[in-house]
Amino acid sequence: MPDAPGLELLAQEIRAEHEGSVLDTEFFRDQAAVIVAPRQVGEVLEHLRGKGFSALMSVHGLDYWPEEPRFGVQYELLDMRAVDRVAVKLRVPLDDPHVPSVTPAFPTANFQEREIFDHFGVVFDGHPDLRRIHMPEDYEGHPQRRDFPIGGEPVLFTHNEHKIPRYYQ
Amino acid sequence: MSTPVRPPGSDYRRQEESISLTPVDQQIAELDTPDFGETELLTINFGPHHPATHGVLRLLVTLEGEVVRDIRPYIGYVHTGIEKTAEDKPYWKAIPVVERMDYLAYYFNAYAFCGAVETLLGVDVPKRAQYLRVAHLELNRVASHLVWLGTSALDLGAISIWWYCFRDRESVLDLFEYSSGQRMHTRYIQVGGVMEDVPPGFVAKALRFCEDMPKRVDEYGAILDKNEIVLRRLRDTGTVSEEDLLALGVTGPLLRATGNPWDLRKAAPYCSYEDFDFKIPVGTVGDNYDRYRVRLAEIKESCSIAKQALLGLPEGPYITEDRKVALPPRHELATSMEALIHHFKLVTEGYRVPPGEVYHPIESPRGELACFVRSDGSSKPARVHMRDPSFVNLQAFRKMAEGSYIADLIATLAMLDPILGGIDR
Repeated sequence: MPDAPGLELLAQEIRAEHEGSVLDTEFFRDQAAVIVAPRQVGEVLEHLRGKGFSALMSVHGLDYWPEEPRFGVQYELLDMRAVDRVAVKLRVPLDDPHVPSVTPAFPTANFQEREIFDHFGVVFDGHPDLRRIHMPEDYEGHPQRRDFPIGGEPVLFTHNEHKIPRYYQ
Repeated sequence: MSTPVRPPGSDYRRQEESISLTPVDQQIAELDTPDFGETELLTINFGPHHPATHGVLRLLVTLEGEVVRDIRPYIGYVHTGIEKTAEDKPYWKAIPVVERMDYLAYYFNAYAFCGAVETLLGVDVPKRAQYLRVAHLELNRVASHLVWLGTSALDLGAISIWWYCFRDRESVLDLFEYSSGQRMHTRYIQVGGVMEDVPPGFVAKALRFCEDMPKRVDEYGAILDKNEIVLRRLRDTGTVSEEDLLALGVTGPLLRATGNPWDLRKAAPYCSYEDFDFKIPVGTVGDNYDRYRVRLAEIKESCSIAKQALLGLPEGPYITEDRKVALPPRHELATSMEALIHHFKLVTEGYRVPPGEVYHPIESPRGELACFVRSDGSSKPARVHMRDPSFVNLQAFRKMAEGSYIADLIATLAMLDPILGGIDR
């Protein structure tokens, strides 16, 4: 992990190169993170790739409800030579949940961005194949959102199939 | 009483009468045309209920003759919303839920989650607990690789290896049962340590297994390596270059088969892995044969690590002494008021975790398994996300099997070792 001053230097460097891209930095439990503007995430990841953080290990989706901007998308970058990790975080609001896709640059993000789209409804612009991945294609709603209730999905058995209205649609 | 509403499609007798077989006749007639087979593509549905998919994986495979031209994986058939369920449970009750993701590597799931929570809490894990964790993790890696070897050999048509591997896996599961009372999904690893110290006699039994297993691995290797069919089906099939695998985020034995020695146990040691002496097996070209040899060699290394951990087991507590996180010992409850209060608080509300977000990566049998946990300061996690290696590695399958024969697709899928419980979560 870059230490806290190292993270500041890194953030300073990205700021100098890409105007307005780095909003903040976060250093928690020895884990470094750069908080970026959603529109410029591609540039920042590309810059960090030039610094050696060439492997994108994971993409997470988060829901900070009831805070706003509500959705978070986080990219975990790894430098396999220096064995160093840095996270890139961004936030998007509910009324405009659009993030540029990084799948063209990092093919590994394909499934993970689809997963976030499926579970949170964050739209990745420029993704080659943005479909639901875990839930059925005709499913309504995004189940990992914090205001999505747990349970309430009727389970279909032969003994109760006629009681569940319009189950066959 | 009203008659129940019949769904459309239930009057199948009437529907059956309306089926005409003429299009089929036409298709059969077209087969006689001389240029058939040169340009026609056939798309078939492989799975979800096919034994060679190692679970409920559905592949939409486009074939030209017997050659695979396109593969599209469709997943989600065993999606059970484990991540969502974990958000509704206190941290210590989320452990058994999270364990059920990758059902062959349950110790790894539990450790990824517990490690993330320990980082959030800032809890130190006693050395004895770390060694016990390492011993169980490595035994679990052996069990997971044995299931992989047995089922993969079955896919190649060799049934006896399957019986041998499952016999040995039984011995590992017996060991797990001895130390924790459960064969699978043991919930042995806790936040701050492990559930219980190992019972008397466990170390001797586990050491005997670690002595025997490498010899057995050599025997299995001898059976398979001298088999012409196995060699022909594994050598030079499913080869993908190191660069492509890295771009697709593939880790674990698949990446090591190309010669890249990336292993988190060596690169970024966690849980006292720096104390043990072990090697990282690597391959050369990255074909299916290398993947098979790498995993076979890993079983032997894992036995060696487990042996070292059990022989060097330090004295001391098996779980942290921090009463805000770990349950007090049973005997204290009768005499100490404080212990009773702590016990009550822990089993009702659970402990509260400081707000923050951590990412905790470990090396699972299939690659980098990481748990991302966000805490909002309450006693339940606000987000639990698993970076499951099977999920990410599956993306490389298209590249591995495209352009190969459909029989090689089965062998490649077996060597990919996907666990659908982990992919769908």
